[in-house]
Amino acid sequence: MIAHADTIPKQRHPLIAFLLRWLLTTNHKEIGTLYLCLAFLLFFIGGAMAMVVRLELFQPGLQFTQPDFYNQMVTLHGLIMVFGAVMPAFVGLANWLVPLMIGAPDMALPRLNNFSFWILPFAFILLLSSMFMEGGAPNFGWTFYAPLSTTYGPPSTDYFILGVHLMGVSSVLGAINVMVTILNMRAPGMTLFRMPLFVWTWLITAFLLIMAMPVLAGAVTMMLTDRHFGTSFFEASGGGDPVLFQHVFWFFGHPEVYIMILPGFGIASQIIPTFARKKLFGYHSMVIATIAIALLSFIVWGHHMFAAGMPLAAELFFMYATMLIAVPTGVKVFNWVATMWRGSMTFETPMLFAVGFVIMFTIGGFSGLMLALVPADFQYHDTFFVVAHFHYVLYPGAIFGTMAAVYYWLPKWSGRMYDERLGKIHFWTATIAVNLTFFPMHFSGLAGMPRRIVDYSIAFADFNMLSSIGAGLLGLTQILFLYIVVKALTSGEKVTDAQVWEGAEGLEWTLPSPAPLHSFETPPVIEPDDAHAAADRA
Amino acid sequence: MSEAPAVGETPRYYVPHTSVWPIVGSVALFIMAYGLVTMIHQTTDKVAAEGTHGVWIFYIGLGIVAFMLFGWFGTVIRESVTGMNSGLMDRSYRMGMQWFIVSEVMFFAAFFGALFYARVISVPWLAGAGSNLETHTFLWPDFADVWPLFMTPGGTETEAMEAWGLPFINTVILVTSSVTVTFAHWALKKSQRIALGVWLAITVLLGAFFLLLQVVEYAEAYEELGLTLGSGIYGSTFFMLTGFHGAHVTMGTVMLAVMLFRVFSGHFTPENHFAFEATSWYWHFVDVVWLFLFTFVYWF
Repeated sequence: MIAHADTIPKQRHPLIAFLLRWLLTTNHKEIGTLYLCLAFLLFFIGGAMAMVVRLELFQPGLQFTQPDFYNQMVTLHGLIMVFGAVMPAFVGLANWLVPLMIGAPDMALPRLNNFSFWILPFAFILLLSSMFMEGGAPNFGWTFYAPLSTTYGPPSTDYFILGVHLMGVSSVLGAINVMVTILNMRAPGMTLFRMPLFVWTWLITAFLLIMAMPVLAGAVTMMLTDRHFGTSFFEASGGGDPVLFQHVFWFFGHPEVYIMILPGFGIASQIIPTFARKKLFGYHSMVIATIAIALLSFIVWGHHMFAAGMPLAAELFFMYATMLIAVPTGVKVFNWVATMWRGSMTFETPMLFAVGFVIMFTIGGFSGLMLALVPADFQYHDTFFVVAHFHYVLYPGAIFGTMAAVYYWLPKWSGRMYDERLGKIHFWTATIAVNLTFFPMHFSGLAGMPRRIVDYSIAFADFNMLSSIGAGLLGLTQILFLYIVVKALTSGEKVTDAQVWEGAEGLEWTLPSPAPLHSFETPPVIEPDDAHAAADRA
Repeated sequence: MSEAPAVGETPRYYVPHTSVWPIVGSVALFIMAYGLVTMIHQTTDKVAAEGTHGVWIFYIGLGIVAFMLFGWFGTVIRESVTGMNSGLMDRSYRMGMQWFIVSEVMFFAAFFGALFYARVISVPWLAGAGSNLETHTFLWPDFADVWPLFMTPGGTETEAMEAWGLPFINTVILVTSSVTVTFAHWALKKSQRIALGVWLAITVLLGAFFLLLQVVEYAEAYEELGLTLGSGIYGSTFFMLTGFHGAHVTMGTVMLAVMLFRVFSGHFTPENHFAFEATSWYWHFVDVVWLFLFTFVYWF
């Protein structure tokens, strides 16, 4: 039983009622939808910026943009994709799914949930408005290294700083909410080690957010005082050090990398067992591997700075610590493969995206291992090889993970099925386009093409043309995705069965499709041997 | 979590009405952020923006934030007083506050990290330690590695803040206030309302006195020691750490004052006084941060 009330009277003008509903909502499903819509919108805005970049790099020489505008596009593309697309998409999924999966009536702190979301659009208004200001948008790359961002940053940098502060407040409050929900709101019998993997990965992601985002806030605060109040944190003539900025930034930045992938791990761990029709292989080792990855993420930040100047001992430490991450990550990949081993596999769209996730994320993991080697990194540093690496973990990792989740749970959310044929077309074109875009970057990077430079040697022309063609195709496939989602929501085949996928396990599949506005008003009881108890093999 | 209740006795988890306060807060934060940047642009020389309206926009935003907090917490208090909260919800609030304090710890960790980096790495390196002899010889041959940093590589000079003057008095004040707030808590649990009010009032006064002394200390730093935000990494870390700590003490004192006001209004029972507890947690956190500050900023 829940006490709730619809306070918005029915006689309001429909438009006002609509606005009030979405502005004032405290419902986890509605807020999840808001997050997902905002992420999708910003995904297209950030994608359009990537199109500008790839268009410019289609051929050597300056075609369409001036160097400064190119730098602005590179910067905003990175910032928007990280803070605007991937993170809100994952928070949206957490909002939708965590209460359903643990048998809770809603998030633990519903008003705070609304607050976390509605800060975000304003943060991005601050960030995006910088494009129209005198001196242009931030142009120093999404990592905003000092002194590019302090001494040489345009005036709009200050709006960017406050935008980052707002995003940080939103992320921390959102993470606290997820954390408390998971720790406090589980249905009777839902012990920690009966939680679905998606919930586990989000619990750990929330921890990383709470630990890392405040450090980012500290970094931008020091930037602000260095810019305007005469402090010298990042100024050697005052006794500070520009490299200090990199340390503080990457202390946030490396956990941030895992914030952007761990929920993807969780999604793959939900989907693969469903379509392999087997229990997840090695549930406990999956959980422990996730915890290990999260803890290691706090002691590897130096591998982003091998070329910046650190003592040899520090370089060695960060190298070995980084390579250690391959162990828990390898455990995960092994477990996904072992789950599929001798399963009764079918390849519906979510499964295709999940399998694509495993394969292509692993490619990104391998190039990460190459980058972890100090002597090799001296050559790879700041080349397109790095760009290829992190786009392989982010695009087929975070983005494919999100898309797999949308295909997988959309029938549960909306009560309507997507078009399976179009979904498969989407997957295959996206997979071809992702590889066409990012695989050649390995080669141009190894050959020495620097990243974040508007022009390049004619020697890299062929690889860049391939990447740009791939990027254009990739952009088009995401318009197809938009079409598929809209079509499913408006005219998709109605789903009547609660159990949308025959092999799916978990509490969310015990609710009718579409899931009612208020989910578990009476908590379900989870028995150890219940078919719906999340993989419990104790 | 083994204490989760059995089915029949499932408590109601109160899912609130739609709420207007979050969106009010979001808009207010946006106004504050915009006003702050405009104010900075209008008052610092780096960007010559016309006018003085930035500061007013900032204050308007701040005012709306205060209004929002008033309304939001007012709603929560009403829910609590009318018994809509279950034990489960109480635990949600507790955990939320605890994780919020963890995030605050990490915020301070960033600035402490900068302090340790300057003291252990950047200042010695600039003076030629490790493999950095060339930096020293060719850029700033006269620079010496001392802490507090009396002279920056660029030549800005300052004097150090003495630990055993005002800062030590402030340490005593803050530690005492942590004790008095605990006495207030004990009194609350024993329903000794007068003792509760007295101890809490003393805590508020100690907080305010700390802030007053901090202002005196800043004035001394600027006017007598030449210790400013601009006097190199020593001044930067000094003012960043003590300044953010001071901002937290200000917040804490306001929170304690609100608790005092609520005590006068007859709120809180020996069983149900989460807001009071959260405030005292926050106060202890601010106190512990100060002990680290006193040790690493002033003393050693």
